[in-house]
Amino acid sequence: MLAVDNVSLSFGGVKAITDVSFDIRKGEIRAIIGPNGAGKTSMLNVINGFYTPQQGRITFKGAARSKMRPHEAATGGIARTFQNVALFRGMTALDNIMAGRSLKMHKNFFWQLLRHGPAMAEEVEHRKRVEDIIEFLEIPHIRKVPVGVLPYGLQKRVELGRALAMEPDLLLLDEPMAGMNLEEKEDMSRYILDVNNFYGTTIALIEHDMGVVMDLSDRVIVLDYGRKIADGTPDEVKRDRAVIDAYLGVAH
Amino acid sequence: MDLLYSIFIDPFVQMWQAPDLLVQTLWEGLVAGMLYSLIALGFVLIFKASGVFNFAQGIMVVFAALTLVGLYDILRHWGVRPGDLAAFLALGITIVVMLALAWGVERVVLRPLVNQPDIILFMATFGLTYILIGGGQLVFGGDSKIMIAEDLYLPKGPINIKAFGGLVTLQKLDIAAAIIASVMVVGLSVFFSKTRIGRALRAVADSHEAALSVGISLEQIWVVVWFASGLVALVTGIMWGARSEVSFALDIIALKALPVLILGGFTSVPGAIVGGLIIGIGEKMTEFYWGPVMGGGTDAWFAYVIALVFLLFRPQGLFGEKIIERV
Repeated sequence: MLAVDNVSLSFGGVKAITDVSFDIRKGEIRAIIGPNGAGKTSMLNVINGFYTPQQGRITFKGAARSKMRPHEAATGGIARTFQNVALFRGMTALDNIMAGRSLKMHKNFFWQLLRHGPAMAEEVEHRKRVEDIIEFLEIPHIRKVPVGVLPYGLQKRVELGRALAMEPDLLLLDEPMAGMNLEEKEDMSRYILDVNNFYGTTIALIEHDMGVVMDLSDRVIVLDYGRKIADGTPDEVKRDRAVIDAYLGVAH
Repeated sequence: MDLLYSIFIDPFVQMWQAPDLLVQTLWEGLVAGMLYSLIALGFVLIFKASGVFNFAQGIMVVFAALTLVGLYDILRHWGVRPGDLAAFLALGITIVVMLALAWGVERVVLRPLVNQPDIILFMATFGLTYILIGGGQLVFGGDSKIMIAEDLYLPKGPINIKAFGGLVTLQKLDIAAAIIASVMVVGLSVFFSKTRIGRALRAVADSHEAALSVGISLEQIWVVVWFASGLVALVTGIMWGARSEVSFALDIIALKALPVLILGGFTSVPGAIVGGLIIGIGEKMTEFYWGPVMGGGTDAWFAYVIALVFLLFRPQGLFGEKIIERV
């Protein structure tokens, strides 16, 4: 579904990613792991068009591109969540998730102003989908609450809901479990697996919790200092010498 | 003692003894305040959506009014005879011009400067101010013009109401202005809360990256907000121009929007409106009742003193978001 070929990215003199290639197959859960500063989030930003790599090529659904605007990535079917939750703080949970559907609404602006006829029907239709997602994520009780006041774990869930509302082909999750307690982590893992199973959504996720990564993902890629040092199933990666060195350090 | 008396007692005695004068002053303050509100509203729209403090907002008011009157003159010159036809044609073209301006600003100024520090964008709007002044003068000439209020069917003349034991005089134009301004504010708030584009606008105001990630195009939103504030500028320009005249001296009023914004908060639409009204009414009241004690001319500085007080005690304004920056 997605192929990354020889991508390099640098900010001025700082190299964030050096010559990284990997692919994501349709329907799999792909994890990107690595120590702090390994270039994981930069990689995600490249995939979703926030950053333009200096070298390399990205092929998504068969179409190659080197440069893309973020909102075009969204149109093409890539949704994402952020490491530090990026929600529309002033809006309710419901409105946040509805915002995820803004791309799918097409009715003319004047109809929207009238709030009648086709626009109304469309709004109702989308609202139904959104209610399904709210149901799925078990957050009906916070529907009308401004997200700014919600606890962190719930904010993360609303953010996931917004991404799901886009009905993406590829879902990018940047540390979906950062800062969560054990119970919240288990919940989130379940949602991720369910999304993958029921909707067949392809998922790429960044995560620090090794246990979670090993349980969730089909294949894992390991970055260190912007280079790929391992790629394979969780078991293969776990035994990889370079990975163990990167995480535990090398004896001198 | 005399001084204390004339500051703390006498004004209130006057208010009590001549309520008609009090009402008259309040009304005039309200009208002036409304115009401040509208200018501040233009600032807020752009600031919310793009974080740009648009220094050119004041000159956009002048530019819009000037374009309207200038086009009217040209149309008349070309032989469009009925004055009202020419006026409404000119109005239509002016709206198109404001849309073109919004689009041009996005293309030429904002897009190349995206992700630059705020101060750079601010300076860019500074430059825009002078381009608009120069361009406006080049096309329509630099002399001041008369607003075509009559051909736009704006009412004229006073209404005298016997009330409060005296006579209160209201200008019909001011009443019309009040109605138009309220309709516009209500329209804008419906637009923001009920439509998809409105929702996208609020989304952009909250978080740029999140908005991008759900596929909202920042470029489109910027054109919409600049167009919206261009329309607000046009309405403001018509009303202000009808009260005095259309000239570049008008941009002085844009500076009055600054205290209004500090009072109401830079990101709040209701804040801009309430702030404008408070400043307008406060200004007129101070000038009328306390002006004589202080030798007059209080309306030149009153707004700024209020703004200073607010900066000391409530820097985020009445309705603004509390500023918490993590270090």
